[in-house]
Amino acid sequence: MTLLALNLDWAYLLGKLILIAIIISVSLVIAMYETYLERKVAAWLQDRIGPNRAGPFGIFQPLADGAKLFFKEEIIPNSSNKFLFILGPCLAMMTAMMTCAVIPWSSSLDFGHGPIPLQIADINIGILYIFGVVSLGVYGIMIGGWASNNKFSLLAAMRGASQVISYELAMGIAIISLIFVTGSLSLKDIVGQQIGHTWNIVYQPLGFLIFFICALAECNRAPFDLPEAESELNMGYHQEYSSMKLGFYLFSEYINMFISSVIMATLFFGGYDIPFVNTATMNPNLAAVLGLIALMAKVVVFIFVFMWIRWSLPRFRYDQLMNLGWKGLLPLALVNMVVTGGVVLWLHK
Amino acid sequence: MGPSSLIVLIIAAIAFSGIAVLVSKVLLKATKNKQKGQPYECGIPTQGKTMVQLNVGYYLFALIFLVFDVELVFLYPWAVVAKSTGWLAFIEIVIFFFIIFMGFLYAHKKGALKWM
Repeated sequence: MTLLALNLDWAYLLGKLILIAIIISVSLVIAMYETYLERKVAAWLQDRIGPNRAGPFGIFQPLADGAKLFFKEEIIPNSSNKFLFILGPCLAMMTAMMTCAVIPWSSSLDFGHGPIPLQIADINIGILYIFGVVSLGVYGIMIGGWASNNKFSLLAAMRGASQVISYELAMGIAIISLIFVTGSLSLKDIVGQQIGHTWNIVYQPLGFLIFFICALAECNRAPFDLPEAESELNMGYHQEYSSMKLGFYLFSEYINMFISSVIMATLFFGGYDIPFVNTATMNPNLAAVLGLIALMAKVVVFIFVFMWIRWSLPRFRYDQLMNLGWKGLLPLALVNMVVTGGVVLWLHK
Repeated sequence: MGPSSLIVLIIAAIAFSGIAVLVSKVLLKATKNKQKGQPYECGIPTQGKTMVQLNVGYYLFALIFLVFDVELVFLYPWAVVAKSTGWLAFIEIVIFFFIIFMGFLYAHKKGALKWM
């Protein structure tokens, strides 16, 4: 059925291909500039200057870093499992790129041939899809760490897998309480409900807080960066990696951070909604561009908060991390879910 | 037309990572020597087996995770239709939940959630 549809509608397919190419390259560029931003924010918080040699204010630094990574010699250890060693970073990169599929980047463009939605696929199980793909991401870490055949990598991979699955639960339950409010799993519907109305953060402040903490843990960001705790495990699960494969791991991490910021903005902060501005009466193209800018502004704020937290808080110990996930966030998310469900049903009657 | 473009994206993602791996394989000429192929453990030769026995805690957490994750899958469809199914379904879910939460408490009491 789907293959038939592909055969029939070439113009549609071409449009989608262009959109996919744009979204993938934009998220790669954003991931590159996140590394720049991270170094600049770190420098700013520590009263330093940061990278300032390559180009004005050092803005070509990420390009130089990328080129350097690409032309480095590639070393695959003799004792490693070659196939899995290559598969690990590829899986990490693939899952990072696949999560952007269901995100509505802005309202539809219109050039007189009907609306062109700025969303790769509007599927009715959007949130579940994101959840599934994010869960697959753990295989990238696990396979890479295991195949390296290195003690540090193996320990880091076990830690990473255990941490990610622990925080996934609280995250999933926090989203369920959000779904009570929205009544839909489609991200487009969720944004549509928030446009011109109250943002979901007002109904679900606790849910957002839980989701945010879990997002930090899922992205292996400090204070939850135990899989890459430099002081105990050197480089963590990508210890043996070099050249482009190391680049894949680093890129996938920054893309994940970008995408989770986008998801938080979409679920809780109205997505491409511009507060106090009615875009319905505007030219659809102008509205789409403004909406995209609004979404990106929210995302930049989130990314900045991610970095701010990284350079302000010390790292957790592993038992503290597990306790927070299982005995702190999970019961809290459960209570939030049951209370939200009760209140929604009570108000609905 | 949602799923078809999803398939295109998945193919694009696979192609991207595959091509990047191939390009780096073709472009980069690596020299080999014995030291380079060894695992990097801070410069000293590696000691003993790599695949050591790990803490059983990882396994226990994975088991408890599985229970809750399956439960989550049941909760999603209910959460979508919660408003139309009303209180009866809510009470049923709370009972379902209560049973699983008892299991969680049991694991907690047995010390499965205590690290080390």
